[in-house]
Amino acid sequence: MSKSQFVLERSGLEQLLQALKNEGYVTLGPTVRERAIVFGELHTLEDLPVGLKDWQEGGTYRLEPRADPALFGYNVGPQSPKQFLHPPLLRLLRASKTAQGFEIVSETEPLPKYAFFGLRACELQAIQIQDQVFLGGPYQDSHYKARREQVLILAVNCTQAGNACFCTSMNSGPKARAGFDLALTEVLEGDRHYFVGAVGSGAGARLLNQIAHRPASEREWNQAEALVDQTARNMGRGLNTEGLKELLYQNLDHPRWEEVAGRCLSCGNCTQVCPTCFCTSVEDHTDLTGQIAERTRHWDSCFTADFSYLHGGNVRVSTRARYRQWLTHKLATWQDQFGSLGCVGCGRCITWCPVGIDLTEEVAAMGGVHVQNQP
Amino acid sequence: MPGKRSKPKLAVWKFASCDGCQLSLLDCEDELLALAGAVKIANFLEASSAVTPGPYDRSLVEGSITTPHDAERIQAVRKNSRFLVAIGACATAGGIQALRNFADVEEFTRIVYARPEYIQTLKHSTAIAEHVKVDFELRGCPISKGQLLEVVSAFLHKRKPNIPQHSVCLECKVRGTVCVMVAQGIPCLGPVTQAGCGAICPAYQRGCYGCFGPQENPNTVALSAWWTHLGVGEAAQLRAFRTYNAAAGAFSKEAARHV
Repeated sequence: MSKSQFVLERSGLEQLLQALKNEGYVTLGPTVRERAIVFGELHTLEDLPVGLKDWQEGGTYRLEPRADPALFGYNVGPQSPKQFLHPPLLRLLRASKTAQGFEIVSETEPLPKYAFFGLRACELQAIQIQDQVFLGGPYQDSHYKARREQVLILAVNCTQAGNACFCTSMNSGPKARAGFDLALTEVLEGDRHYFVGAVGSGAGARLLNQIAHRPASEREWNQAEALVDQTARNMGRGLNTEGLKELLYQNLDHPRWEEVAGRCLSCGNCTQVCPTCFCTSVEDHTDLTGQIAERTRHWDSCFTADFSYLHGGNVRVSTRARYRQWLTHKLATWQDQFGSLGCVGCGRCITWCPVGIDLTEEVAAMGGVHVQNQP
Repeated sequence: MPGKRSKPKLAVWKFASCDGCQLSLLDCEDELLALAGAVKIANFLEASSAVTPGPYDRSLVEGSITTPHDAERIQAVRKNSRFLVAIGACATAGGIQALRNFADVEEFTRIVYARPEYIQTLKHSTAIAEHVKVDFELRGCPISKGQLLEVVSAFLHKRKPNIPQHSVCLECKVRGTVCVMVAQGIPCLGPVTQAGCGAICPAYQRGCYGCFGPQENPNTVALSAWWTHLGVGEAAQLRAFRTYNAAAGAFSKEAARHV
């Protein structure tokens, strides 16, 4: 037991929200909107989905009441921090015409300082992966960097596993191991409701000092650990990652690709809800007068035809080719490109696929019949 | 660059339609002055009775072809237009009036009109592209004002218009709308429908009605199977695919599976 492990009562957590506000953060956390849990601004703990749980299955998501007043008794919803760190629509620049040519109009809006309240371990892993994508190479994404640098993260360890979850397979959860400022485990024990926490950074320690807390007893710590261990044993799904890259590379012509293409809508939902998918397209617009031009960047998807259009034609015409591109990128070529898997096992692509296509099932089917790839 | 001496001439033509798409042009209140400054509105009867003779640099054509007279008129419009853009579901797919394509139009005229012999109408309502060469199609019932301005701006400044052909789902995600089909089991045509409206209906907790017609790669069979799983019956599926874009290839084909 290290000294950095502490206990917060519900009132202490409420104080944390105030402390974040005092430090100038816009606090984003789970809120209920349109019958789902999405990121919204938190002002009090009552803004959280108190006493709610979610039921997830391929293509299905339902909110249901819980028997207890848990603040974090649900799993991830359709959105992820990507929504804020890598926004779906971003103006990159504006230019106006001058007598000599044109000049760039500088953007003056200040970026909000985000505090993410209640991120899950899989979401931390997704941020680490996007850090690698946007900041890890020789060319950094300045828009991501500017947002990312200011972020503060309060993680919450999962005390229940979702039906579409497989974070244990991807080695990303259910316990937050790194990449947070503070991490909490919610414990409901008879009449007691408390949060066992760990400090992950100097900023986290500074915040903790502003709110009521006390050291965790060994019993409290063990109780929290037991809940997370139990979560790990109850994963709704699993994906065998051993030899995964080789399996996929050897099965690029597996008949399963054609079969899944028959069910796939090529609507792009999986790529949009995925917390690591990062593809975008850039568009230039002019106004009617020709005086102002804008360059915008928006999320795109390997499931659209435009995205696969290169000089001279489209390189992925069929749904089969697009689904294969997406899945093999997530699980195989990502490893060659970025040195890690591109999947964190959050299950969003399963739940939010409008027809419930399940990548764990597709991979398992691929492993069932081994078809030798043409040289 | 269009200089002051040679402002391009814009004409707006109406065929069988409700005028809603033309109204989208008038609805460009903030941009209307800029538009009038950039082009010469040479023929737009909905807005002005002043007509300048052709040829026209760009024609916006609203409506479908439903009469023998219109089938001739569209040929004249094409001859007088350098660049022809079909606007709206009527012009691009035959519109709601293409429901006649699946029925007996003579029977309709006998029931509706006291003297049906005065009615000259075609058996089918058809898209402009089935009669003349169309240079660009702008989908929607009605079209989106933003997309219309984008097409006109692109034309004026000689660039390609940014008009996506992917699904409505991507627009829901940009807006941050929660998927109504997944979270509420509401049947939605969004995954098989082309974006452009800004995903309005799901933002108001309704399923997409498919106003912008089939997306570039629509898998209606798979969506229909899911709708069946959601408890949507055959008659309701037939109605869903037979609305404003009833005669659009993929929707027409899917509807036929539920007759």
